[in-house]
Amino acid sequence: MHIQLVDIHKRFGAVHANRGISLSVGAGTIHGVLGENGAGKSTLMKIVAGFLPKTSGEIRLDGEAVSYRGPADATRRGIGMLYQDPLDFPALTVLENFRFGLETAGRDPRALLADLAGRFGFDLPPDRVVERLTVGERQQLEILRLVARNVRTLILDEPTTGISATQKDVLFAALRRLADEGRSVILVSHKLEDVQVLCDRVTVLREGRVAGEAERPLRTNDLLGLMFGTVPHPPPRCENPAGTPVLRLDGVSAPGGRAGLRDCTVAIRRGEVVGLAGVEGSGQGVFLRVAAGMVRPRRGRVLFEDAPLGRRAAAGRVAFLPTDRLGEGLVPGLTVREHFVLRLPRVPFLLDRATAGPDARAGIDRLSIRGTPGTPVEALSGGNQQRLLLALLPERPAVLLLENPTRGLDLESAHGVWRELQRYCDAGTALVFSSPELDEILLAADRILVFHNGRMVLDTPASRTTPDELARAIAGLGTGAAA
Amino acid sequence: MTRAAVRYGVTALVLVAFTTAVLLLAGAPPWDAYRSLAVGAFGSWGRLARVLTVWVPLTLCACGLLYTFRIGLWNIGVEGQVVMGAIGATWALRHPAPSAPVAVAGALAAGVVLGAAWAYAAGLLKTRGGVNEIFAGLGLNFVAQGFVLWLIFGPWKRPGVASMSGTAPFPPELWLPTASWGRVAPVAVALAVVAVAATAALLARTRVGLHLSAVGRNPRAAALFGLSPARNMLLAMALGGGLAGLAGALQVAGVYHRLIPAISSGYGYLGLLVAMLAGYRLAPVPVIALFFAALNVGSIQLPLVLEVDSSLSGVIQGAVVLAVLVVHGWSARRAPEGTP
Repeated sequence: MHIQLVDIHKRFGAVHANRGISLSVGAGTIHGVLGENGAGKSTLMKIVAGFLPKTSGEIRLDGEAVSYRGPADATRRGIGMLYQDPLDFPALTVLENFRFGLETAGRDPRALLADLAGRFGFDLPPDRVVERLTVGERQQLEILRLVARNVRTLILDEPTTGISATQKDVLFAALRRLADEGRSVILVSHKLEDVQVLCDRVTVLREGRVAGEAERPLRTNDLLGLMFGTVPHPPPRCENPAGTPVLRLDGVSAPGGRAGLRDCTVAIRRGEVVGLAGVEGSGQGVFLRVAAGMVRPRRGRVLFEDAPLGRRAAAGRVAFLPTDRLGEGLVPGLTVREHFVLRLPRVPFLLDRATAGPDARAGIDRLSIRGTPGTPVEALSGGNQQRLLLALLPERPAVLLLENPTRGLDLESAHGVWRELQRYCDAGTALVFSSPELDEILLAADRILVFHNGRMVLDTPASRTTPDELARAIAGLGTGAAA
Repeated sequence: MTRAAVRYGVTALVLVAFTTAVLLLAGAPPWDAYRSLAVGAFGSWGRLARVLTVWVPLTLCACGLLYTFRIGLWNIGVEGQVVMGAIGATWALRHPAPSAPVAVAGALAAGVVLGAAWAYAAGLLKTRGGVNEIFAGLGLNFVAQGFVLWLIFGPWKRPGVASMSGTAPFPPELWLPTASWGRVAPVAVALAVVAVAATAALLARTRVGLHLSAVGRNPRAAALFGLSPARNMLLAMALGGGLAGLAGALQVAGVYHRLIPAISSGYGYLGLLVAMLAGYRLAPVPVIALFFAALNVGSIQLPLVLEVDSSLSGVIQGAVVLAVLVVHGWSARRAPEGTP
């Protein structure tokens, strides 16, 4: 299918997300849509998939201008989309999800599912409940569903976030196969390497406009230049000799997430940067919350400076930054200044508009937050919210626990976050962070813990491991002797 | 500002259309009905005094509910807290005191304490027992209502025969003094005004207000800032229950001068409507409470003048609520994405 977008505009109130985007995707090609966060990629694709109405512009499918009445209409016309968060029915089984609204023309859906799964090399147990699948498996199910409905164009929005390296290989092979069958694939991503490996042609978006197009061979510097204007430098690494242990987990098991945390024993030393790797929900999140004293272990002990960790004992010394900034870290509806008031060691009973005002202004200046003390936090962009959370950190924490600290941030903001974290590291704070990006972990950490299914399966200095070893551990394939 | 003005205008229009339709259905000439309501509520000093007598408990309950709404709790138990406040005041007044003013002050204090304790109990059921505060409050309302009946027909029954008309009246020296121009206790009105001012200051200008907002809007983030959601919830419940208890105590000491089965007159539930219509903000509360109070008192005239049942005022109250909620819903839907 040949898709043409002509001068697409999309406004959300005052926000102009797409500003006259035109692009063309040929049949049987894999087309990349690349851009940093907030460039307008997801919005554009939701318009193409009928999930959002466009403000103006034209969509042409095989030369014919169309306007949809909704996503189901778009699917009938042959366009299917995999959203960042899978839109399936978690409580139903794989097979039930697969046959939802599917016209099988007399074929047994179970056989059809097995047939399609075999064709793409997917391994999906048909009777498993979908909520027990990994993100990667849910994607595979969604692809099969769309293929069974005979979509001729498949749009994938950030499909490699939160899936294992193995699943990524399987996914990419499947997408190539789809293209070979004459279908079009549109891959939306902010990850250069995905686009470089897979795409024949790339459209780069920046601030809601087309910044440029590129064809194979896709050179890194060309693409970075289109994305950012200039190529940002990676942040410096913290090089600190690790000190004495400051936080210990001793045989800790705790509930939470998909797998919980099982029997974890580890010591975090002063000044070290520890990266937590693993498929999302493999225990890293629980690990961080247990270490922060927010989740009580079911078994085992957590020791901070050789004393049991309590909420009081470690106040201001162990700090936690959750990944869900508005959901867990900030209070929507309160202003930036009010957050600084909450952070005061002793909040005075009477408050006025000046309380903590200087702190707020200092924090805003130090981290270049785009906002004022009176700005409600939900009005800040994701990057500015993350910078605010950093500004709210205690002055001298002994341990800083960060859950996916650069999630949703573009490269520049992510580097800014790391530069700020650097400061803490230089002052002797131990940093423990989780990330779905192996690259980020290899770049920033000097020690790496790998989690699989709730267990810590690998604890290695970053200098003595390879991406391959890490990927195997993440996939639960065992290491060294076990392999 | 203009948006708000438009909204109030539209609300008023919808409201008048609603109630006019109701009145026409009931076979009452709308214009006469409105006139009769207004005259019934404000036609004389005596009537104004009666309106204020209703305004006091409505305002107190609605103020108290702002604390619990602020932290995201639905304190349906406010009705029972009013009843318990009344019981507390009655209990105190049945005991000898050195002087009448001390007795009355003690009665009001007992009402506050018992109302706060009843709300605290609902809060404990929520924070410790994992019971939704709506069900906890509703359950406690039934308990309080049963308790009041048991007291009136049991230990506190009138000498001679127990009756639905309540306990024996207290001697007049234990009554809150009334104004010279009408049957309203100036002390009660003053206390309600103080409650409004104190609530305004506490919510907007102190740590308490900020903490309640923080926990109400995001308990998990509040915990990261070292705030205890449970403790703040209990505080909000106790503050709200205390004001509801005061309302109940004033009903005993200033209005009925005894404990009667329907001592709360449903003012707790009506207070919930007032707080909701005020958009959970304090500024409109006194005005809306006055409107409801006027409707309540004014409708007493309806059956006499127009031969329409006075329960029509309940229908009008319902229409007010629906009109406001509908206009709220419309304006929320028309607002562009991302604006509150």
